[in-house]
Parts: sequence; structure tokens; C-alpha cells
Amino acid sequence: MYKVLDKKKLASTVTLLKLDTPEIAKKVKPGQFVIIRLNEEGERLPLTVNDFDREKGTITIVFQEVGKTTKLLGKLEVNEQIADVVGPLGKHTEIEKFGKVICIGGGVGTAVIYPVTRALYQAGNEVVGIVGARNKDLLTFVDEMEAVTNQLIVTTDDGSQGRKGLVTEPLKEILDSGEKIDHIIAIGPAIMMKFVCKTTEPYKVKTIVSLNPIMLDATGMCGVCRVRVGGETKFGCVDGPEFDGHQVDFDSLINRLKQYVAEEKISMATIEG
Amino acid sequence: MADEGKKAKKTIIPDRVHMAEQAAEERVSNFKEVPLGYTEDQAAEEAKRCLQCKKAACSTGCPVEINIPEFIKLVAEKNFQEAAKKIKSTNSLPAVCGRVCPQEIQCESKCIVGKKGDPVSIGGLERFVADWERDHGTVEAPPRPQARNKKVAVVGSGPAGLTVASDLAKLGYGVTLFEALHKTGGVLVYGIPEFRLPKAIVQAEVDFVESLGVEIKTNALIGKLYTIPELMESGYDAVFIGIGAGGPMFMNIPGEELNGVYSANEFLTRSNLMKAYLFPEYDTPIKKNKKVAVVGAGNVAMDSVRTAIRLGADEVYLVYRRSEKEMPARNEEIERAKEENAILKLLTNPVRLIGNDKGWVTGMECIKMELGEPDDSGRRRPVPIKGSEFIIEVDDVIMALGTNANPLLTQATPGLELNKWGYVVADEETCATSIKGVYAGGDIVTGSATVILAMGAGRKAAKAIDSYLSTSA
Ligand SMILES: Cc1cc2nc3c(=O)[nH]c(=O)nc-3n(C[C@H](O)[C@H](O)[C@H](O)COP(=O)(O)OP(=O)(O)OC[C@H]3O[C@@H](n4cnc5c(N)ncnc54)[C@H](O)[C@@H]3O)c2cc1C
Ligand SMILES: Cc1cc2nc3c(=O)[nH]c(=O)nc-3n(C[C@H](O)[C@H](O)[C@H](O)COP(=O)(O)OP(=O)(O)OC[C@H]3O[C@@H](n4cnc5c(N)ncnc54)[C@H](O)[C@@H]3O)c2cc1C
Ligand code: SF4
Ligand code: SF4
Ligand code: FES
Repeated sequence: MYKVLDKKKLASTVTLLKLDTPEIAKKVKPGQFVIIRLNEEGERLPLTVNDFDREKGTITIVFQEVGKTTKLLGKLEVNEQIADVVGPLGKHTEIEKFGKVICIGGGVGTAVIYPVTRALYQAGNEVVGIVGARNKDLLTFVDEMEAVTNQLIVTTDDGSQGRKGLVTEPLKEILDSGEKIDHIIAIGPAIMMKFVCKTTEPYKVKTIVSLNPIMLDATGMCGVCRVRVGGETKFGCVDGPEFDGHQVDFDSLINRLKQYVAEEKISMATIEG
Repeated sequence: MADEGKKAKKTIIPDRVHMAEQAAEERVSNFKEVPLGYTEDQAAEEAKRCLQCKKAACSTGCPVEINIPEFIKLVAEKNFQEAAKKIKSTNSLPAVCGRVCPQEIQCESKCIVGKKGDPVSIGGLERFVADWERDHGTVEAPPRPQARNKKVAVVGSGPAGLTVASDLAKLGYGVTLFEALHKTGGVLVYGIPEFRLPKAIVQAEVDFVESLGVEIKTNALIGKLYTIPELMESGYDAVFIGIGAGGPMFMNIPGEELNGVYSANEFLTRSNLMKAYLFPEYDTPIKKNKKVAVVGAGNVAMDSVRTAIRLGADEVYLVYRRSEKEMPARNEEIERAKEENAILKLLTNPVRLIGNDKGWVTGMECIKMELGEPDDSGRRRPVPIKGSEFIIEVDDVIMALGTNANPLLTQATPGLELNKWGYVVADEETCATSIKGVYAGGDIVTGSATVILAMGAGRKAAKAIDSYLSTSA
């Protein structure tokens, strides 16, 4: 059992939990994830490690409530327990001094890209951050991102905070300005990552994305997380979650994410009563 | 042996006592176990068929060296408690072995009675004894031996790991068993379905292993949480690698990324480990499709076919490129699948999967095959018949093609020698690897094999680790 030590509601449907996981806290690196199983009946849910404290032995996760498991997770209170937390999983982000980098976070992806951004910033890169959400209420980690970027651009679809529009617009402007960009990382919904990659491809700037395929064991055993990357089949859980975005077949990924939509509705109905 | 053979001929051997089972029409709509087990009287009667051979050939066919005639004698005397103790002195998982060992090629293939008729049902009796003990709540851990100040880390809690762990705990070593998943048992919990091996029974046997003093750590993916060098630095004097051959194989044909196409590992893990057959009571979903094609013909394929049938499919095809004779699954399982109305598409090979505009699989294009010259495996090589392509309508495809070595741990272990397919190279007798103090056994050394061979390797490794730790300072 793994105890919840702290809880923060970051937005109406976005929650942060701090978990007591000393062994994982010792090993995890930015970009890696954990699998969470709430209870005996629970499914295995992948969530990125948003932050960690090696001394205190804690990790934090940030998630958006989209279905049954994330809803139940959002209902957990401090001192309650989670049956299983497995990790650290997947490959960690390559942190190097690239030069000038752009870190793009979409929706809850902002929480996921935050530790990566911080690591890149601490490694001496000049970092531009672009964070976007549908509206003001869904924006998270803006202050934290502000602290670890040289410049931060905020966008919302409805203009309720920052610039009105999608993250791809300021991105294109920066690329068009002719300034040399050495490296780009984008984390968010698959559809956002797809369009970020479409935007950067003509400029030939390496663009890393963190994919979120459906997962089960996350140890390389089942193959449900397979994605086509550069014409090859890769497993998101062990070969990823980060890949060269220009090589990823996003349409297949987006299609595969729909596999259990009908069942997810049935699942939700069990808690909505 | 010779005179025992003669005696066998002279004695009139009664037929094997039949074990009752659920009828096919009934069992296709539940996940309960198919064979129902012996009663006490039936077990004693079956035990009396054993000739109590002095040089028991049967025991030589058992990789974990069960003293078969002795335990059977105790069953004949209805001394079931002692029979259980006898078995458990060398086998910690008798309820599992009694159910899933391929007895027909192990112990029972050597039984002298088998020369005249059906061999003694050694597996059936072993199962009975283990169940009897569990049902009577008399399972007892043997007395703890004197503790030794050496520690062993066992990685993977499949049959190989569980065997090493219990054998070493019985010798007094401090043993920690690390398992990546949230449950222990390896393929016994995630692969083999409930209707062949009830999970409560696996759990009871794991509990027995734990009662020997083994510390079990689930959710511990070695290679990520700790590497093997880190385990050794942190105070483990030896490590056993029993991580199985858990990588799924695909055919690399067009359309495999379509929705509705799974590896057998995924399909069975959803159903067994995650209990998706009980969805939505359990949260993990599984598709309950109507027209399912399973590609392959081993035990894994049979388990997938029979699971799909139980989930409510109307038509379940078993697609295999060779003929029935070459099917690697146990005969018993093939027969049961047929009784449950599996449709065999033999000498047939998929070439392409067809999808609709929403990205779901709707058809499987196959080609007919014929058998040509024998290949490396000695089986006749299937060759496609030109122009024989045809389409099977399906809404679900399960690839049960076998597995390969999962590289996650081995790649994180510098200096560990692997063969060209990525399996760990280990000594056949001692299970020693290229790293001092590191041993390996089970499917990660042999490729997909059987529960009992993995356990046999575990037994050998435990002996070798004991002698290594007894001689090293
Ligand atoms: C490696 C990895 C890391 C991840 N890290 C995070 C994280 O840090 N924070 C986080 O909130 N999520 C993260 N996700 C996604 C998260 O696992 C899913 O949101 C979760 O599985 C939803 O489970 P559920 O039972 O609540 O909803 P479900 O019932 O499974 O899904 C409900 C609906 O949401 C949709 N959906 C599922 N996942 C996503 C998604 N990522 N984006 C948009 N829509 C989605 C589904 O298609 C479905 O329609 C990660 C996924 C992976 C593979
Ligand atoms: C569906 C199916 C049906 C079968 N039916 C039969 C049958 O009827 N009879 C029979 O004899 N055999 C059968 N087999 C084969 C048999 O189950 C295997 O040969 C046997 O389980 C191998 O045992 P093992 O201990 O080597 O590995 P496994 O049982 O594969 O166990 C390995 C364990 O190690 C864990 N692990 C992997 N990597 C790590 C890591 N890095 N860190 C920590 N833990 C890790 C895995 O999660 C797993 O729990 C079947 C196999 C399958 C898949
Ligand atoms: S463990 Fe397997 S091989 Fe050994 S006696 Fe039992 S059924 Fe036979
Ligand atoms: S089981 Fe068969 S081989 Fe073994 S002792 Fe009995 S009769 Fe002999
Ligand atoms: S989640 Fe099963 S192999 Fe990646």
C-alpha cells in the first residue's frame, strides 16, 4: 500500500497527489512514469511522475479526471492508500545542453512537461515555454513553468487567459522568426502533439513527444501500447514514452486510443449511479 | 525393471478412474474449472492401480523429483495428509502441477502401467492430494531451519522463481522474491485461464511459499527499480533470474495495428490477471466480440480460443499453418477446444488484416498451405498454395504465435551473456550465468517451455546456489 501524503486541486478536473514511495523516489528521472492500481478491482493506469523528492521519499502525480479511474483517484484524500504503484517505468528524457529549446505543454501535459523543462533549464539551455489549455480554468503549472523558462507564452482556446488560440501559433511564429531552435519537446493530447510535429517538420527541428498509448502491464509483455515509429513497431512502455515526433504515426495512435471508449462509458456509469 | 514389466503383464490392471468434468455445453458459459477432481474413494481406487515399482520409472520423468510411488501408497491408504507432506518436500506447487503439467510426456509417459493401458493418473492424484490438504485447512509450513546469514534475490515469481525461493528458504537462506506485476505467479496468474487453473489455488500455493519465510515484493520491476548489480551491492549474495519469456510476437503483416488485434498476452492478461471477464465489476475492459480468429496452435492459442468462447463469441476460428498432427498444444486441450466448438482452420496462414474506415479489423485474408519437406524442427514445412487466398470475416484477431525474450532486464545487466535470440545463457546443470553469483532458469533460458521444466531448473539452481554460498566466504 502507498499512502497519499498531500493533495491539491489545481483546476476543477485536475488534481495533484503526493505519494509516499521511497524506493521509486530514489530512482525516478524526468520523463518516466508509474503505473497505479487503486484497489483489487482497479485497472492499471499510467501516469507521468511530475516531481519527486529523493530525501522525503515522495513522488507527485498530476492527472485530469477523464474516466472512472482518474475520477476515483481524484476522490482520494490525504492519508488514504493506493494498492499499487509501480515504477519508475519507461525511458527518461535525454537531458543535454542543446542550446535553445522550446517546451510545449498542452492541457494536463503541462504538468508532465514541467520536470523536463526544469531539468533542461538547469542543464543550461535557453528555454522557451509554451503552455496551452482550452480555458483559463484548465491551465496549470503556469507559475512553476515561469520559474524554469527564459520566456513563457500562455495560450487558451477561448482567450480567457494569455493569447487566444492554439500552442502551434506562437510556435510557428518563433520558427518563422529565423531564430535558431535546437530542440523541441511537446507533451499533451495526441492531437496536439500531431499538429506540433506538423508545424516543426518543415523547419527540421528535432521534436520529441511523449506518447500516451493504452497500457496494461507496462513491462513490455502485452504489446497493447505498440505504436508505429519510423515504420517500425515500438512499445510505448519500454521503448518510450518519448519518441522522435516526426517519425510517429499519430493517426494510428489516435485511433488505437479509441479502442475501449464504449467500455469506458460503462465503467463511468458504475460510479455515477 | 524387466521383472516389474512381467509382473505388470500378469496383473490385470483396471481402467483408470475417470475424473468427472463439466459438460461442454455448460462450461462454455462460465469460467469455472473444467475437470472436477477425484473424491477420496476415487483417489484411493486410482492409487491402487499403482504397482509400487521398486525402481520407479515414473519418478525419473518428474523434474522436481517427487517420490511418486511413496505418495501414491499413502493415497491408497487414505493417509492424505502424509501424502501431501511427501509431495511438498520436493514440490511447493502440487495443485498447480497436478493440473497443468504435461504429464503425458513427463511422469506418466514412464509409468509401467501405461505399457498395457492408461498409466496411473499421477497428475490427477497429485492434484487431489493438494486440494484435499487445502480444503481441510491442514497446510503446514515445515519447521524453519536454522537461519544462514546469506541472502538471495529471486527475480520473477513464475514457477521457476517460486521453486528457487522455496528451496532456498527451506535451507535457511534469507530470500526476497521480486515481481514486476502486482500479483505473484507469472504465467500461472496472467496467462493460464481460471477454467484450467483457478487463481485462488495459485494464491494458496504462493501463500505456502511465503510461509516458508520468503519475503515477497510485488510492483518491483528489476532493471528499473533496482538493477542486478545494485541488488548485489545492497547485500544479496546471489541472484536468480526467472523472468520468463514474456515478449509478445506479432506476424508483421499489414493491418496488425488495427483496433481489435491483440497479442494473446494482452487478451489473456486482461481476462486473467485483471479479471476483465468480470467487467464492469472489475475495471479493466475486454472486447466481447462475435467472430474471433486466434492465430497459432499451442497451449496459449487453445487458452485464447476457449476464453473467447466463454466471453460469448459465436464463431471462434483457430488458424494454423500446419496440420492437426503438428499442433503443439496438449491433446487434452485440443480436444476440449473442439468440444467447445472451436472451428479449426488448418493449413491456413494469415497474410493481411483488413479494416473498416473507423480503423477496426473486419477481415483476415488467409492463404492455404500444403506441407513440403521437413524443416529444422523435423516437422514438414508449410508452403503457400498460389492463388488460394480467401477472407475470413472477423471482428477480433488474437496473435498466439509464441513469445520472445523481454530485453528490459537483460539489457540493464552489463556482462550477462545472451544468445542470439536474447535468451540468457546458463549452464544446464547449475543454471550459472556469465556473472558470478547470478543464476538463471525457466523460460528466459529455454524459451517458452513448461511449468515443470521451469520448476526443474529452479530446483537445480537452488542446489547450485546453496553450494556456491556454502563454499564462498
Ligand atoms: C506513459 C503515460 C503517461 C501518462 N501521464 C499522464 C499524466 O501525467 N496525467 C494525466 O492526466 N494523464 C496521463 N496519461 C493518460 C492517462 O493514463 C489517461 O488519461 C487515463 O488512462 C484515463 O483513465 P480513466 O480510467 O480515468 O479514463 P478512461 O475511461 O480510460 O478514458 C476516458 C476518456 O478519456 C480519453 N482519454 C484517455 N486518455 C487520454 C489522454 N491522455 N488525453 C485525452 N483524453 C484521453 C479516452 O479516450 C476516453 O474517451 C498518461 C498516459 C501514458 C500512457
Ligand atoms: C497462456 C499460456 C498457457 C500455458 N499453458 C501451459 C500448460 O498448460 N502447461 C505447462 O506446463 N506450461 C504452460 N505454459 C508455459 C508455462 O506457463 C511457462 O513455461 C512457465 O510459466 C515459465 O515459468 P518461468 O518461471 O520461467 O516464467 P513466467 O511464468 O513467465 O514468470 C516470470 C515472472 O517474472 C516477472 N518478471 C519479468 N520481468 C521482470 C523483471 N524485470 N523484474 C521483476 N519481475 C519480472 C513476470 O512478471 C512474471 O511474473 C503456458 C504458457 C502460457 C503463456
Ligand atoms: S510435478 Fe508434474 S511431472 Fe512431477 S509428478 Fe507431478 S505431474 Fe508428474
Ligand atoms: S506410478 Fe507407474 S511407474 Fe510409478 S510406481 Fe506406480 S506403477 Fe510404477
Ligand atoms: S503496456 Fe504492455 S507491453 Fe507496453
